[in-house]
Amino acid sequence: MAKNLVEFRNLKTFFYTEEGVVKAVNDVSFSIREGETVCIVGESGCGKSVTALSLMRLIQSPPGKIEGGEIIFDGRDILKLSEAEMRRIRGNEIGMIFQEPMTSLNPVLTIGEQIMEPLMVHKLMTKKEAWNKAIELIKQVGIPRAEQIMTSYPHELSGGMRQRIMIAIALSCDPKLLIADEPTTALDVTIQAQILDLLRKIKQERNMALMLITHDLGIVAEIADYVVVMYAGKVIEEAPVRELFKNPKHPYTRGLLKAKPIIGQRQERLYTIPGQVPNPIGLGDYCYFSDRCEYAMDICRQKIPQLAADENGHKVACWLYEGEWKK
Amino acid sequence: MDQVNVNQPLDYKKKNNLKKAPSIWRDAFHRFLKNKYAILGLVILTFMFLFSFVGPYFSPYLDAKIDVSKGNQPPSAEHWLGTDNLGRDVLLRLMLAGRISLTIGIAATLIIVLIGGMLGSIAGYYGGWLDVIIMRLADIIYAMPGLPILIMLGAIMSDLKIPPPQRIYYVMFILGFISWVGLARLIRSQILSLKEQEFMLATEVLGLRDSKKIIKHLFPNVLPTVIVSATLGVAGAILSESALSFLGLGVIPPTPSWGYMLSAANNMIDFAKRPWLWIPPGVAIMLTVVAINFIGDALRDAFDPRQKI
Repeated sequence: MAKNLVEFRNLKTFFYTEEGVVKAVNDVSFSIREGETVCIVGESGCGKSVTALSLMRLIQSPPGKIEGGEIIFDGRDILKLSEAEMRRIRGNEIGMIFQEPMTSLNPVLTIGEQIMEPLMVHKLMTKKEAWNKAIELIKQVGIPRAEQIMTSYPHELSGGMRQRIMIAIALSCDPKLLIADEPTTALDVTIQAQILDLLRKIKQERNMALMLITHDLGIVAEIADYVVVMYAGKVIEEAPVRELFKNPKHPYTRGLLKAKPIIGQRQERLYTIPGQVPNPIGLGDYCYFSDRCEYAMDICRQKIPQLAADENGHKVACWLYEGEWKK
Repeated sequence: MDQVNVNQPLDYKKKNNLKKAPSIWRDAFHRFLKNKYAILGLVILTFMFLFSFVGPYFSPYLDAKIDVSKGNQPPSAEHWLGTDNLGRDVLLRLMLAGRISLTIGIAATLIIVLIGGMLGSIAGYYGGWLDVIIMRLADIIYAMPGLPILIMLGAIMSDLKIPPPQRIYYVMFILGFISWVGLARLIRSQILSLKEQEFMLATEVLGLRDSKKIIKHLFPNVLPTVIVSATLGVAGAILSESALSFLGLGVIPPTPSWGYMLSAANNMIDFAKRPWLWIPPGVAIMLTVVAINFIGDALRDAFDPRQKI
């Protein structure tokens, strides 16, 4: 088995607001192996993006602060590096793309300049080398007429093309890990499929790890090797993708899977999980899902369940399975 | 978006030299040259510069002494724009005054852009206590009425007995120092909104340095604002200088400036009877200011890549 590229160990990222402390990421541990695609799934505000930004050390402080834990990237603890060392990792060893390709490119710089920049900063290429490499990258992400694109401005490209350019920029320095924060949310379905194909292809060609943040289970089924489900700042279930879809354990994960439309099956209404995500401020020491859970027991409202693995490596944090793993 | 012919990649190669990476400066230059008003402004401004800096050498009166007996003559073949009360040739005075006014206008603007741009960017980008200090300083300068400060500083200069030739440098600096505030605020507010844009997070993710982020990514975005306010600043500085000179705090006679010459219009007799004393400097100021505004307008458009030719 490939070795771990990234390891989150008990990561805690809190935001200190006037109303109270928001535990956006609360004691999260999981790892990403080299060349593996890990999907982080969960609804809005559950801490997916904050986990990724913590890895890049881009949590705005104040109000945010990484309160504890370790993030081991390629043998180094990210949280202990200096800002200068961190800059060499960002864009060079870890690439990142965002949800909104329309605003992620600087409107007054040409595409060429924006692709060439990290090459010249991190790989110390000359302008000419960077130019050639940039053209190669544009071709790799499947855009024709690369030379012409180089001198275009972002507003001249479509959303899908811009996202491809973002991918080209993120890939420019051959990162070991690509973080994609909902890369297809702002795109229409056909472009979505193209971008996912592109990500998969590039990932295989380069043996690069991919950390994909999404709330779309369709994407997860299509691309992931391993899935981490988050709820209110905690990992509640994680498993290889097949195992998770075949055998979801946590009531929340089951609810999510049930809430998906199935092609060919007519339903009046899709299933919804009752209730709402709890207010993230001042949560007590109990299972955060207990208010919405059909199977909630007394213990669920008293103690936080710990993440524990069964014999298949399927980890779940739920009191329902407490007895099972003790055996 | 204009039409792009997919089948003609070669045409593109002809037009642009591929070895040179395109830059915002080069693109802006091309767009600038296509603007008719910009060319007109450039021509007028070039003329004003030649007129002021080269013109005097063609004047037969460059070494002429003051001769009151030839004073207040209307325009004639000898003196194209007449003479003033001391018998000096108004055309020559106009040229020499142009040197002072143009230099003060441009130098003061450079100071404004330099101080205002730098402090505004720093305050907007870093925020926190730096922002507080810079902006409170700006508020203090903003809150003080301009004229009393100028009078005070002018009095200090007179007390320190600063020789007239050097006074114009002080005037430039004073004008620059009291007017950087507006630009600094403008730039700060723009940077505040720009730095929250996602493309700035994207530069963060690429691991770029702060200096690079500010200069390469933020600055081109505020450039149009800077250019417009700078061009208006040149005009403003020329006018402020004339106010200052009128109060006897700017350049002192015999050194002329357009503003000082214009103040002849304050004398009712000169105003009614001798228009050749104040019309020419007025026209010179107007032409210069209009030309600079044309250029500024064109530059703003040229630096906006969304404006297609």
